[in-house]
Amino acid sequence: MTKEQILSVTGLIKDFGEGETQTHVLKDINLAMAAGEMAALLGPSGSGKSTLLTILGTLMRATGGTHEMLGVDLMHASEAQRTEFRSKNLGFVFQFHHLLPDLSALENVMMPAACAAGRETATMRARASELLDAVGLSDRRDFRPAAMSGGQRQRVAVARALINNPVLVLADEPTGNLDRESADHVMDLIHKINQTMGSSFLISTHDEHIAGRCQRRIELLDGRIVRS
Amino acid sequence: MNPYAVKLAMRHLLSHPGQTALLMAGVALGVSVFIFMSALIGGLATLLTLRTVGSIPHVVLEMPDRDPATLYMGPGAQVVLQKDLSRRGQITIWQPMIPIIEQSSGVIAVSPQIRGSAFVQRGQAVSPVGVIGTMPGKLSVIAEIDGAIVDGSSNLPADGILIGSVLARDLGLRVGQVVQLTSDRGRSRSFRIGGIFTLGIASADRQSIYMNFATARALFDLPTGISRIEIKVQPATDAAGIAERLRLSTGLKATAWTEDNQQLFEGLDAQARTGTIIKAFSLVTIIVGIASAMLLSIVRRQSEIGIMRAMGASRGLVISIYVLEGTLIGVVGAITGALAAWLALLPLPPVSAVTRGDLPIDRQQGDFLLAIALTTLAATLASILPARRAARIDPVEAIGA
Repeated sequence: MTKEQILSVTGLIKDFGEGETQTHVLKDINLAMAAGEMAALLGPSGSGKSTLLTILGTLMRATGGTHEMLGVDLMHASEAQRTEFRSKNLGFVFQFHHLLPDLSALENVMMPAACAAGRETATMRARASELLDAVGLSDRRDFRPAAMSGGQRQRVAVARALINNPVLVLADEPTGNLDRESADHVMDLIHKINQTMGSSFLISTHDEHIAGRCQRRIELLDGRIVRS
Repeated sequence: MNPYAVKLAMRHLLSHPGQTALLMAGVALGVSVFIFMSALIGGLATLLTLRTVGSIPHVVLEMPDRDPATLYMGPGAQVVLQKDLSRRGQITIWQPMIPIIEQSSGVIAVSPQIRGSAFVQRGQAVSPVGVIGTMPGKLSVIAEIDGAIVDGSSNLPADGILIGSVLARDLGLRVGQVVQLTSDRGRSRSFRIGGIFTLGIASADRQSIYMNFATARALFDLPTGISRIEIKVQPATDAAGIAERLRLSTGLKATAWTEDNQQLFEGLDAQARTGTIIKAFSLVTIIVGIASAMLLSIVRRQSEIGIMRAMGASRGLVISIYVLEGTLIGVVGAITGALAAWLALLPLPPVSAVTRGDLPIDRQQGDFLLAIALTTLAATLASILPARRAARIDPVEAIGA
């Protein structure tokens, strides 16, 4: 049975600068992802991995090509429409956790949902608690980021990425700042969530060990997909 | 109001209590300066006005000057009746006017008076004086003579007079002594000094003599008419308008105190403008202080704002958070400053009780609510620009994605 396609980009290009200083960072990217898929995005530094994730996450517009997700033409959507789409359908995990220092672990997990709704609700609180339980941090829910280890912070960041039940989670080097043990713990978690919650993951990494745990490899070289 | 924006704004402020307290203290100081200046400028104006108008009539009604009658006007010639300089301007039919004047809006006291010039003589010493004859019970309605008596009493029997303390000192006069008064109508009579007063106005203390209304009639040869009607109004600053109304209703010449005290008005106006400039500067200081603090906070929180934008926070939410932060700093700082100013001004005496060396501060004119409202508005305005800048932060750049 064919899984439902959630993401489709064709002929996608991204240029920075103009004239003589113009740089072609992404060149003719064609990519599709299915629901529940877990893919690794590999490539050397400067190959365009982060730029591709940023564009797929609607944080930046491509210079050309098409970009559709769940049937929505994100290439031509307004900034407000892209922001709303992002808050409802996309989750992010970054190399650095980027938790808000003034909020507790529980409040950080609720943050994306609260931003969209304009308030924190009991439902959000329950869902955030569930997610913290799932990432093994139920005893840290009232701790602020400064009182947690690097691995714990990144697990909170994973839980935060899932609060809105995103269709696709974009993870940019999510284990890049962690030791091997913590990295494995985070990858176990991502794998479990992918299996149980059905969210798709696109994980940018240099690490073959991490890539080996994904179902699919997408390799970028000099701005082009050379293997998908 | 977005409850989540309120929560995050509060959390930002409470997460750095020292910095927040310092910022609010700066706002409070600006508000205190604003209120202090308002109370001082207002109090000074009240004091000067009280001192100036406290002992003078606010409106004076007199017979209008009449132009000499023209008997003939032809080509190359004009015949004009010479003015009779021996006739004084007097209000002959004045009794019916008094109730009309008393019932006029703003009028609080009316004193019909007989006035004239005279010489007071004690032995070889002679001095020109102005004599004021007042009706029974009306002695203190214009100048507070009762309260200004420094020797003797304010009773005015038919042969009694009250004299100013400077005149008494110049002529070596004391209560109980008898002096000779000769009016400009050539009538002369002896009077016993019943009291000596000090109004604090040099001209009055040197040249004024008060006497019984009936006695003044005889001394100045005015069997029925009166010289003028003196009036007090409330507020004193409305005197010009009330004078114009009384001129129209009585047909008399009406002169407001403001006509003779233009310099005071100009001084008060300049003083008020100076106060406004100082208050404006304190508001500008608040705006600059809050705006710069907000900008610094936004630079420090750039990556947090970026991550919130990446997680779906709208520009509106980001703007709300920072505008609320600025407004909260303004409101709390303003209320604290107003409270501090109120407490600091509490022990100061009211303007009416100010003595030499005291600051004439009127707490009632402190503009507390205006200061709080303007500061809150200023704080809100000061935070709009930084908030808009925060909303424009590119999440990709801010989080280094």
